[in-house]
Amino acid sequence: MFELVVLSVGLIVCMGILLGLGIGLTARAFEVKQDPRIELVIDALPGANCGGCGLAGCADLAKAIVAGKETVAKCPVCTSEGALKIAEILGTEIVQNTVRNVAVVLCGGDNKNAKLEARYNGVNDCKSAVLVSSGAKGCKYGCLGLGTCARVCPFNAIEMTDNGLAVVHPELCVSCGKCINACPKKLIKLVPEAVKIHVFCSSPEKGPAKMKVCKVACIGCRKCVKNAEENQMSMIGFLAQVNYDMPPPPELADASGCPTKCIRRTDDNLK
Amino acid sequence: MSLIARHFRGGVHPQEGKELSCSKPIQIAPLLSSYYVILHQHIGAPPKLLVKAGDDVKKGQVLAESGGFVSASVHAPTSGKVKLVEWPGPSGTKMKAVEIISDGKDEWDASIQHDPNWEQHSGEEIKKRIANAGIVGMGGAAFPTFVKLSPPLDKKIDTLILNGAECEPFLTADHRLMLENAEKVVTGALLLAKALSVNKIYIGIENNKPDAIEKLKEITNKNNIVVVPLRVRYPQGAEKQLIYAITGREVSTGKLPMDVGCVVQNVGTAAAVMDAVVDLIPLIERVTTVTGGTVCNPSNWKFRIGTPLYKVLEFAGGINMQPAKILLGGPMMGMAQSSLDVPIMKNTSGVLLLAKEEIAQYSSHPCIRCGRCADVCPMLLMAGTLSLMIESENFDLAEYTNVMDCIECGSCAYVCPALRPLVQHMKRGKAEVIANKQQK
Repeated sequence: MFELVVLSVGLIVCMGILLGLGIGLTARAFEVKQDPRIELVIDALPGANCGGCGLAGCADLAKAIVAGKETVAKCPVCTSEGALKIAEILGTEIVQNTVRNVAVVLCGGDNKNAKLEARYNGVNDCKSAVLVSSGAKGCKYGCLGLGTCARVCPFNAIEMTDNGLAVVHPELCVSCGKCINACPKKLIKLVPEAVKIHVFCSSPEKGPAKMKVCKVACIGCRKCVKNAEENQMSMIGFLAQVNYDMPPPPELADASGCPTKCIRRTDDNLK
Repeated sequence: MSLIARHFRGGVHPQEGKELSCSKPIQIAPLLSSYYVILHQHIGAPPKLLVKAGDDVKKGQVLAESGGFVSASVHAPTSGKVKLVEWPGPSGTKMKAVEIISDGKDEWDASIQHDPNWEQHSGEEIKKRIANAGIVGMGGAAFPTFVKLSPPLDKKIDTLILNGAECEPFLTADHRLMLENAEKVVTGALLLAKALSVNKIYIGIENNKPDAIEKLKEITNKNNIVVVPLRVRYPQGAEKQLIYAITGREVSTGKLPMDVGCVVQNVGTAAAVMDAVVDLIPLIERVTTVTGGTVCNPSNWKFRIGTPLYKVLEFAGGINMQPAKILLGGPMMGMAQSSLDVPIMKNTSGVLLLAKEEIAQYSSHPCIRCGRCADVCPMLLMAGTLSLMIESENFDLAEYTNVMDCIECGSCAYVCPALRPLVQHMKRGKAEVIANKQQK
């Protein structure tokens, strides 16, 4: 009986050692050489896998950074500490993340201010709603308020207000750009975070037509353009535009005398 | 994979509602002071505008000519002055349109005259006249008719099918047309057959129109046209289902009727073809049913293209209560409208103003996997499964599961006990698949 136990234990131990050796040798023989820095860079990246860089997740970007194909500036989420860490790991200079962008929904027409033309009771999703008569809003360019953008945002940066309007919280937004493709009305733009003033309207229609369907539309009166310094604001058709390369000061929001108050500060818009 | 089972499988039988207007003769709508003719009324390339603002046009004059192979021209519904406008179309967006401010004379263009030698013309000449008249499929699809008549040389067409099924509930426009203008329909069919050089002509009519079947049988006795009574089952009038029911041929995935040697035309289109070939009259008017529980006087009308809906309502005696839904087309496939400015288009077979009791307003519930949608789908799709794929935005899988074969007939949503908006999911899925393809 005792012999039997010793024999079986001994056999198992021997087999274990032999198989272990086999595995070890095979691993050595077929080893895939990977730069150890890749793991470190993955740790330094945000790890949100949002796809904002255009690559398939953070691991993919880390590989590209270590291979020298991309810089950390490609990552819209990475903070300056992250960039510093990666620079240390790679022993390169710090690549400053270029201008930090945030998304902004360029529409102010919630259900209180903009007219609803029909009652929509189909699929609760903007992309489905536009298939029926281009959406229920009177303004065919306005936010439908069904929250498709808010649902795709991996950072919960988009809030749907009680009156059915999507609003971006700039402090949470990392400009990954997912919402931009989610919006069927193409209302979301990536703009430099430093710019705190926007025209919250995207309708190219004429002033009177817009006034019929929305109380807070840009009616194309040009007041803001006149009150701003040269090149700070421009008109594209009947729509005033902030020049994001040379932005007007946020004070223009009050100083412009905009009759519909559609030119607003980012923080005013959140209220 | 075959699309259709050995026997026309599936489909539903909704409440017909045709009794409201099926006994009302077609009335001619009086001349209006303004018509709003939308330029892009068909599937395909938008037409090229030929007139300027302020021009004087005659009735039947070309406003915009065909802008490509798959395209159609548009003509003036009356004589008067041209104004270029942006006008709401049935899709809900504003579209380029021509407003014709009528001069009250309603004068025909000089080129439009009866052709006494119409019987001698060749197939090519017939096709040319159909193209010039801007005729499109009047059953609802608005596909340019002349393109359907010009199949590639390697596709041998041997059968022409006229679609008089009118399977959509409520609509009676084709029914009345077949009753009152049966000769026109038959002559149009013979002309279409000549253009295609085919001998076999079928006219498919659902059994719920026995008078129309009788009438057409009477006058087709002399020629080789076969009138086929069809089972009352929605969507019997869908192209692929009709071909199967009449000839037993199956149109497989991604293929067209011409791949099985068939061309299907609506009876309304055939009548328009006769006008175009015999009298050179372009497509400027059509028969439309105005009906629904809120309409005071549900009736069938010959409206000119470009008649706005608010005028349509006036002609039909107005409404006796607030409609809950306004549809262009039938209740199964019609498009919901948000504006009464939308004009009658070449493919508007019906204007429906449904009362609150006639529509179902509900919210969607999770799929309970009962499989009833798959039972009724005439294209043998699994609508419930597809809708789940589309809800989770898995469009590649939806494409693989043949979402593109969906004909959007709405049978699945009609029977769904979980009240899921299945057709809307399908439409979304198809739109995304097409968008993905265009990106690649």
